[in-house]
Amino acid sequence: MLFSADDWAAIRLTLQLAGATTAILLLLGTPLAWWLARSRSIAASVVGVLATLPLVLPPTVIGFYLLVLLGAHGPLGQLTKALGWGLLPFSFSGLLLASVLYSLPFAVQPLQQAFKAIGPRPLEVAATLRASPLDTFFSVVLPLAQPGLITAAVMSFAHTVGEFGVVLMIGGNIPGRTRVVSVQIFDHVEALEYQQAHWLAGSMLAFSFTVLLALHLLNRNRT
Amino acid sequence: MSIDIRLRLQHPAFCLDTALQLPASGVTALFGPSGSGKTSLLRCIAGLEPHARGSLHLDGHCWQDDARQLFLPPHRRELGMVFQEASLFPHLDVRRNLEYGLRRSPASARPVGWQQALDLLGIGHLLERAPHKLSGGERQRVAIARGLLTSPRLLLLDEPLSALDYQRKQEILPYLERLQRELDIPVIYVSHAIEEVVRLADYMVLLDRGQVIAAGTPTDTLSRLDLPQAFADESSVVLTAQVEQIDARYRLARLAFANGQLWLPAGKLNVGNPTRVRIHARDVSITLSQHDDSSILNRLPAQIESFAPQADSGHVLIRCRVGTTPVMARITLRSFETLGIRAGQTVWLQIKAVSLV
Repeated sequence: MLFSADDWAAIRLTLQLAGATTAILLLLGTPLAWWLARSRSIAASVVGVLATLPLVLPPTVIGFYLLVLLGAHGPLGQLTKALGWGLLPFSFSGLLLASVLYSLPFAVQPLQQAFKAIGPRPLEVAATLRASPLDTFFSVVLPLAQPGLITAAVMSFAHTVGEFGVVLMIGGNIPGRTRVVSVQIFDHVEALEYQQAHWLAGSMLAFSFTVLLALHLLNRNRT
Repeated sequence: MSIDIRLRLQHPAFCLDTALQLPASGVTALFGPSGSGKTSLLRCIAGLEPHARGSLHLDGHCWQDDARQLFLPPHRRELGMVFQEASLFPHLDVRRNLEYGLRRSPASARPVGWQQALDLLGIGHLLERAPHKLSGGERQRVAIARGLLTSPRLLLLDEPLSALDYQRKQEILPYLERLQRELDIPVIYVSHAIEEVVRLADYMVLLDRGQVIAAGTPTDTLSRLDLPQAFADESSVVLTAQVEQIDARYRLARLAFANGQLWLPAGKLNVGNPTRVRIHARDVSITLSQHDDSSILNRLPAQIESFAPQADSGHVLIRCRVGTTPVMARITLRSFETLGIRAGQTVWLQIKAVSLV
């Protein structure tokens, strides 16, 4: 066997996490990016900067603040306890929340660029052809922003698969619940199981390379 | 039946302020130099300028009335609009571009059917093409058909030919003339090209820096004595005439208009063709008696109606009448005084050039 049962559990968990993160980011990131691309308000500028922060902050900083906020004494921790959800740190839900925040710019930036590139004219044309703003969004904006949507989805997925610091801070290292591939590799290396580490690390490398190459080719064929 | 426009819009370069009553049939041209506000006015009519103030009524339908706090968004105004540059949706082929507006407009009271729109604009063979595989002229024809298929009460054309070269313009103008002849949809046509305006328009509005300078038929508008400097070179009349005779030997055509006749190079004209001709004031000079020893073919008796000296150019603009038809002449102030021109006087007009439009 190339992978042990633990390895498989980590792979399965990683794919679940990346899939759920991508789905949430596309659902939340699309309206957010649309607003950021269209609004000139100060609020939009501030939110735009906040949504970009995970790009430059060390993952440990995000992990640390999330841990403080979501912990037993943090305001959000108090809230989740009051709602009967328990505490999020060291759970899959906590990991998912952290991943969504951490990968947010990788979804919002390409979407925002794609929306901006459309310009006002197609929206005006659609309006003079009797399409309401919501209708226009689905019939004109999303199809025209399709390359941006694909980039956002692929980058969110790949970036979530590749995260380590935030995972370790907020998820810890619980087999089957929060131990993702990147952490599993770390464990193998610590235990001097280089053979196992090689298989997992090599698979990650191949996966990331393939995904980025596919994206590149896809976008090149469009233009 | 009319289109009542009372719209104001603060623009960085000017303040658009218009009060207009346009005929609800035929082609109305909004004409003026760039930056005169004609495109802004068109956008206000379409509802694309949310900061426009005032009111807008079309045949009793109210599209905007600030007094009643009413502002219909563009998608609820029954209009078709064609923009300056090709604005077809790149992700849809021609058929689906045409269907886009068709599907979103009520099927009842459809003045232009699918086949009629395809035929009028000659685009039936393009349906399966992608927009980027069309020529500029074809794209604009598809855009016009797409606008027509929304069953508009009003068709707005924003310089639809300006992005096209001369050849493409000549290709598309006949289609626009067919629209004007065959459809009963009022058209507002923005242009800074006077040739297009005099060829297509039944009514025209002169705009300058956001203000309406003049409005009326092309002849009424262009034959005003008080045209501002920006339009001085356009001083002219536009006559509707009919080809009555072709002189094969001299390759000349004889055109009859309400109060006389004109000779001009036959070109491709045929007997019976209705046509529009334009006579520029700068091409008309005045003699006090009939000269048979002149090389100028077109000499018409006329009566001086009124005149206005143009201080900065040393010319006098003179409005004359050939029967009931107005003709403009522009002569130097010196000739004006030498000839002793006065209102009511009978003179001869020598017309150096008549242009077909």
